[in-house]
Amino acid sequence: MQNQNNRRYTRREFLRSLSLTTLAGVSLPLLSSCSKEEAEDFLQKHFREMTPEEKKHVIAKLEERYSRKYGKRFEISTKGALPDTLWGYGLELSRCIGCRRCVYACVKENNNSRYKPQLHWIRVLRLKRGNLINLEDSEHYYDPPQVPEKDFLYLPVQCQHCENPPCVKVCPVHATWKEPDGLVVVDYNWCIGCRYCIAACPYKGRVFNWAEPNIPPEEVNPSVHYLGNRPRMKCAVDKCTFCIQRVRNGRYPACVEACPTGTRKFGNLLDPNSEIRYIIDRKRVFRLKEDLSTEPKFYYFFEA
Amino acid sequence: MRMSYAAIPALFLLFSLAFSAPAIIEEYTPPPMTEGMYPCSNCHASMEANREKRDLKEEHTDIKLHHAESMRWCLDCHDAKNRDKLRLFNGELIDFTASYRLCGECHGPQYRDWKAGIHGKRVGYFAGPGKRIYYLCANCHNPHDPKFKPLKPEPPPRRPEENHDAKSE
Repeated sequence: MQNQNNRRYTRREFLRSLSLTTLAGVSLPLLSSCSKEEAEDFLQKHFREMTPEEKKHVIAKLEERYSRKYGKRFEISTKGALPDTLWGYGLELSRCIGCRRCVYACVKENNNSRYKPQLHWIRVLRLKRGNLINLEDSEHYYDPPQVPEKDFLYLPVQCQHCENPPCVKVCPVHATWKEPDGLVVVDYNWCIGCRYCIAACPYKGRVFNWAEPNIPPEEVNPSVHYLGNRPRMKCAVDKCTFCIQRVRNGRYPACVEACPTGTRKFGNLLDPNSEIRYIIDRKRVFRLKEDLSTEPKFYYFFEA
Repeated sequence: MRMSYAAIPALFLLFSLAFSAPAIIEEYTPPPMTEGMYPCSNCHASMEANREKRDLKEEHTDIKLHHAESMRWCLDCHDAKNRDKLRLFNGELIDFTASYRLCGECHGPQYRDWKAGIHGKRVGYFAGPGKRIYYLCANCHNPHDPKFKPLKPEPPPRRPEENHDAKSE
């Protein structure tokens, strides 16, 4: 006892000073070496934990930044899920001709990086007819002079918006989650770029911004959603959001509007009069990799 | 007293009419017409109807009928007397904007699905106050040759090795 009192520091004091030193050591270079804006970005909260005022502040900041970068007036929506909605997608395999119009309409609508890296949210798989089960034999770099080709079937795959999404489960920082209307979204500012979600997704639905995205300023779409098609940054993961910026306002996703054969259908699974419910009630539907229990909300169907 | 009871549903109706959501605008895309052709009666009004099946040599040479052509000719769908109209089986004349009714006479299942928004294509808004735009059959299928023509596909995605040199830049 006597011995301990003679020490200059107790263990608790030592720990306290150690932690203070560490904190100062970390925060001093942070606050001194980066601008106020960068520090603010770094300390920005998770989207779901922001108060309405904080959201407003962040949106104003981002709108200003995007407008400066792309020379257009941006409008960033933070519109939440509508009540009694669960978005579902339908795709008729017997109609898809594999022309990839949807792929490029999606890139344009969602401000994806065009080149280096080129990021596509839709991947059109080409399969030999009668070989639908074996997805490993599919090819998505096909490039014939004309489509459809004889003996082939085309299977577009994008984020399936699972009810039980494996990508959400593995995210170590909760940067991706399922919204009340069933959309799986990413807070790009919160994402740390670990790519666990890319590894976990059985549909290859997610892509990674390996470099700062390249978007031609004249093609940029200024009508964006915070959780959707706003321009991303290097080291963020992104993916199809069923065009959250459109569907929450009652508008069809861009891929639905681009399809020249009317293959793509969209609607509210909880509305018995919606187009998607008509499909599920009357057509032969299936979902990809049902055995994984991911419960996708993306229904493929055949003319029946 | 009886009067006031009767007035309640009437008032309710008026109220709901006045304050209900704005009317949903449903719109069809205009039917595809060859430039400068419509109205057809400009020429046809003064011409004698010729019901004979033949090769068209002077006009409409761009139309190659390839739609059950062995059992069909122009006047099965176009009305002989009023060329600005289409003609249903029962003799009813319809506008080109309602051509889906004519198509539906043979293609029943497709017509049923089209009305539900499954066959064919809809763009614009499916909910809320926005405009719903429905494509007519003839906007996608050429009624004289309805089978879809092959398309040139958009370029394939880049392979990872072409995409990833971004890292070094």
